[in-house]
Amino acid sequence: MEFLAISTNSHFSHKIWQEVELSKMVEGGVPFPLLADAGGRVGQLYGVYDEQSGVDIRGRFLIDPDFNIRAMEVMTTEVGRNVVELLRQVKAFQHVVKTGEVTPAGWQPGKKTLKPSPALAGKVWMEWKPEEAFD
Amino acid sequence: MPEKPAGCATPSKGPIVQKKPEVNPTEIASKKEAFMEIARVGKPAPDFELTAFQGEGFKNIRLSDHKGKWIVVCFYPGDFTFV
Repeated sequence: MEFLAISTNSHFSHKIWQEVELSKMVEGGVPFPLLADAGGRVGQLYGVYDEQSGVDIRGRFLIDPDFNIRAMEVMTTEVGRNVVELLRQVKAFQHVVKTGEVTPAGWQPGKKTLKPSPALAGKVWMEWKPEEAFD
Repeated sequence: MPEKPAGCATPSKGPIVQKKPEVNPTEIASKKEAFMEIARVGKPAPDFELTAFQGEGFKNIRLSDHKGKWIVVCFYPGDFTFV
């Protein structure tokens, strides 16, 4: 799995941020590259560039091995991400790709999956209860 | 990838887009604009190449170099922001 972080700051700014702050949060600094999207051109491509402030807002994209986007989350800048939810989605998509099963709401590894079939149509209520989404 | 010397400007390609095929040559507008893909779920990820800081150095990273793996791309508003 590869992780890329992108902002409109220059790679020089990324270096200083890593040195003066990130390395104090994570020993040795964050282990992934910080990419410089000068002018927000790549942010525009991904629909996260805000012209008014001139920066890429918070956006997260999960891309599968076939290079298709599987999930995205875009937020204004004030609220931080949920890394646990990102990891859950990665595990869910990996499970789906591997097995062809589908994962109901709130699925976690080890919880019930469903196998889509004509027989299951209209009978999901027998297999899965909404309460399970909150387990 | 070899480390890049720290010049004042590092050329990276930015968005890697394909020119829109000219279906109708009378449509001047379609000639002018490169075809900009917009990211959508279930569709191929728009490719790009950007200059990065990683470890001790600078290098250009192209998204499609990681094809075949699960990739997470995170945009954030800026270095030194609070959350």
